[in-house]
Amino acid sequence: MRRYGYFPGCSLMVTNRAYSISATRVARELGVELAEVSDWNCCGATAYLALSEAKAFVMSARNLALAEAEGHDTLVAACSGCYVVLRKTGKYLDEKPAVRSRVTKALAAGDMTYNRTVKVRHLLDVLVNDCGEEGVRARVKKPLEGLKVAAYYGCQVGRPFGEADDPEFPVTMDRLMGWLGATTVDFPVRAACCGGLTMTTEPDLGMEMTGRILRVARERGADCIATACPLCQINLEAYQDKIGRKLGTDLRMPVVYFTQLMGRAFGLSSQEVMAQDSLTDVSAVLA
Amino acid sequence: MENQERFEPRIVGFLCRWCTYTGADLAGTSRIQYQPNVAAIRVMCSGRVDPSFVLQSFAEGADGVFIGGCHPGDCHYSEGNYKAVRRYRLLLKMLAQFGIDERRVRLEWVSASEGERYAEVINEFTDSIRTLGPLEWNKEQPVVSERSIA
Amino acid sequence: MSTNERIGVYICHCGSNIAQTVDCGALTEYAKTLPGVVVAKEYKYMCSDPGQDLIKKDVAENKLTRVVVSSCSPLMHEETFRTAVEDAGLNRFLFQMSNIREQVSWVHKDKVKATEKAKKLLRAAANRVLHQRPLERREVPVMPEVVVVGGGIAGIEAALRLADAGKKVHLVEKEPTIGGHMARFDKTFPTLDCAACILTPKMVSVGQHPNINLMVCSEVEEVSGYTGNFKVKVRKKATCVDNEKCVGCGVCWEKCPAKKISSEFEEGLANRTAIYIPFPQAVPKRPVIDRDNCIYFKTGKCKVCEKFCDRKAIDFEQKDEVVELTVGAVIAATGFETLDPRELPRYGYGRFDNVLSPLEFERMTNASGPTAGKVLLKDGTAPKSVAILHCIGSRDEKHLKHCSRVCCMYSLKFAHLVEEKTHAEITNFYIDIRAFGKGYEEFYHRLLKEGVTFVRGKAAEVTDVVEAPEEQGKLVVVAEDTLLGKVRRVPVDMVVLSTGLRARSDAGHMAHVLGISRSADGFFLERHPKLGPVDTPTEGIYLAGACQGPKDIPDSVAQGAAAAACALSLIVRGRVVLEPVTAEIDEKKCAGCKLCIANCPYSAIEYDEGKKVSVVIEALCKGCGTCVATCPSGAARQKNFEDAQISSEIVGILASM
Repeated sequence: MRRYGYFPGCSLMVTNRAYSISATRVARELGVELAEVSDWNCCGATAYLALSEAKAFVMSARNLALAEAEGHDTLVAACSGCYVVLRKTGKYLDEKPAVRSRVTKALAAGDMTYNRTVKVRHLLDVLVNDCGEEGVRARVKKPLEGLKVAAYYGCQVGRPFGEADDPEFPVTMDRLMGWLGATTVDFPVRAACCGGLTMTTEPDLGMEMTGRILRVARERGADCIATACPLCQINLEAYQDKIGRKLGTDLRMPVVYFTQLMGRAFGLSSQEVMAQDSLTDVSAVLA
Repeated sequence: MENQERFEPRIVGFLCRWCTYTGADLAGTSRIQYQPNVAAIRVMCSGRVDPSFVLQSFAEGADGVFIGGCHPGDCHYSEGNYKAVRRYRLLLKMLAQFGIDERRVRLEWVSASEGERYAEVINEFTDSIRTLGPLEWNKEQPVVSERSIA
Repeated sequence: MSTNERIGVYICHCGSNIAQTVDCGALTEYAKTLPGVVVAKEYKYMCSDPGQDLIKKDVAENKLTRVVVSSCSPLMHEETFRTAVEDAGLNRFLFQMSNIREQVSWVHKDKVKATEKAKKLLRAAANRVLHQRPLERREVPVMPEVVVVGGGIAGIEAALRLADAGKKVHLVEKEPTIGGHMARFDKTFPTLDCAACILTPKMVSVGQHPNINLMVCSEVEEVSGYTGNFKVKVRKKATCVDNEKCVGCGVCWEKCPAKKISSEFEEGLANRTAIYIPFPQAVPKRPVIDRDNCIYFKTGKCKVCEKFCDRKAIDFEQKDEVVELTVGAVIAATGFETLDPRELPRYGYGRFDNVLSPLEFERMTNASGPTAGKVLLKDGTAPKSVAILHCIGSRDEKHLKHCSRVCCMYSLKFAHLVEEKTHAEITNFYIDIRAFGKGYEEFYHRLLKEGVTFVRGKAAEVTDVVEAPEEQGKLVVVAEDTLLGKVRRVPVDMVVLSTGLRARSDAGHMAHVLGISRSADGFFLERHPKLGPVDTPTEGIYLAGACQGPKDIPDSVAQGAAAAACALSLIVRGRVVLEPVTAEIDEKKCAGCKLCIANCPYSAIEYDEGKKVSVVIEALCKGCGTCVATCPSGAARQKNFEDAQISSEIVGILASM
């Protein structure tokens, strides 16, 4: 069994637990253990990164140090925000001596060291590229035949690093859906921003951005949208009625995590992939 | 710390004439600043660097030795840099037996167009030797072969 | 160290280039304290005539036996000073240079530390020069022929110039015809000359020139030897057509039943047959058989071409032929590739029918191209609106960091051609307009007057997501108009992606074959970015055209001619002197272990069975010195890079002040 350090991040603990639970179960089916790093802390995203980069890097580096101490060479993040912050920290530690010395000092104050041996990767990259077509196809018990998926990556799976796929036009999830027996629709907004936190700070803008993704998914004839990020998921599922009312059009659309679709294809029950947590009607998709 | 005089390591560089020496010249032409601790000796090829030159350098008081050659596949003499890397690996083993930290010798590929990289590599290596501190290797060690001073 | 030698040391200020960072006075005083030094002087410009005279005068008056100059890099002026030393009556190898400009004054700011480093380097040089020996340089004749690799416009120009000078030229081209990219263009910017009209006569001249041996479908496989004496192995691929018998009548390709093969020359916009010439004006006008698509080679049956060829020129049994050429100089003119727009999927190439690459567009506007020069959408109608997207892949950290130089101008040319042929509404999306050449800015202004729209903003994507009714059924170019400060969506019928120029994907392999380097952008590296743009660090190998970096036609032609001049200058000289840096083996010390033989990359060491020792064949030795580093007994010696010489430099660098 392949073993990776796993960083769930705050969203996946409660609000988006369905993502984490389905991911862990699906990974196990694939012979992959996502070993949660103990005593992890906030990835350093958003408020920290905006107010004090140095603090964000230290917090983030602490997670990397914990993973390293537990013997992991890879730390997998399921949340795209966590992935980008952790990856950025790793990159800056490698490339910027000033960041390195500051972080080293801060970690030392907590009796910690970090030797820069941990590679940060996104869950989507790991499950698709490490398990591979054969590995995934071999687990499929109930192919998702006839299901038309809008594979939605959001912005940060690819940007800015673009290490595992084209940053502007990723196809990783499309390939995966094919292996599961589903088809994906032509979805040009696949890497567009979901609006992120603007949904709370600039709701008009946020609704416009999220609304476009829902609208294009419907226009292209998708049965559901698959996501790879908790924030994308929340924006797309929790606000679709509100945005629909605002725009005077029906934008309802099942929104699921890509791991939930994997789980269903692998024969896990809808309870096992946590369909009960969905805010949209996923009965046709995850039943 | 700031008041104390900073340790300035003495480093000998062996640079291949085609790639790294030319790259070092390019750093100059482009006025890219770097630390002055490495003094370079020009050789025709990194494959010319006899491991005894490295040991002699330490015996003469060097704190670090830098060897620069062409990137793999780019050697002007086809494969001199591969010879250099083989000797380098053996040399590292030997250094341990002499009680010298292997981080004091560095082999890097720097091409004729990588002036900026030359500066980066030299800065980085200088800093790492500074961290390791002075070598103060016993000068009485009879490592210099007869022929090199003949 | 006591010595009988008398060293003169000369410190160059290089104007203020050295003097402002290195305390030249202190350095001169320091020089006087070094063993053997009898004269130490500083001077403003040592490389100038008065500077060199200083050395010559001192050699005579002070009976100097060795000379050291601390100045710029030896790669710059070693030859200058060696010649001065020789003029003064000393052997030119009793001279050593220390590099206190490129590796001291230009890279350090702290005057104290810079001066200290300059002292170390000077001391190393003064130590070394004591161990140097007089050496004789070997003179060898230069072979009078030249090989030009690549038959695009740069290679054609180089070959014609050399051939016209009466020199024999071998022009090696990979494709079945010469002409390169230019042969595929319709018009050339900024004059709108017809590319074929100006190129075809040159191609014909190449084909007919008595001094040019044109080898198409051929590749250089190996280059060995040295300046003036290269051995070049060329593989002439089997074309299955005997070019001596064939007259290019065309019956074979008319009759060939395999007609649906995508034409490389037409960028896949038209088909060709299995036996074919790439385009009607091809030189040589001799067809080749594409074995992968030939029915006979696939099924064992057909041979229609053979049946119809009354010249009996078809030879299905033809084999590759490897030819060895002996030449004095090599000119690399291997050209470029355009970036594959599929690498930037956000612009929709390959997903949307009417998103075109620049070469597709060139063929489309070409009167002899697949649409007979008409600009047409996939459905056969003319576009009413066209967007031209500049800088696709260029000036892009994730793709090509460099500016590809030609895209602004070819984009403007495209805009003009679209306007002329369709009267469509044309929008250019650009970062900056770089109209740097003669007549280029004027051409840009002409376009502005022709009513072409320019939006300053790099296109972000091409999408078919509809946000407004007028976008229905269109391709929408999304870009931030940086002059307006807002995002614009421009619906169009056709998009042309002005992709950048990159080094050929086989450039790494060619560089290896030729023994030259590449710069960070992947193009071949010139000897000096300013003063040696045609030379390479390897003597006798020259560069022409876009293999050295993106270039337009006039620049490629200029460099082609310049490379010819460089090659000519070498072969007309008739003789070259070789640096005596070769190795030799002291048979008294050699134990006959043969380690050097195993390590020599040139098989330049032989074992003398009689004497039981290894012997260097000087003519084959290139002077890398790896055998010397290998020799366990100290029998191998590299001239001018002897152990004692390098050792003395180490001592010089590390001796305490």
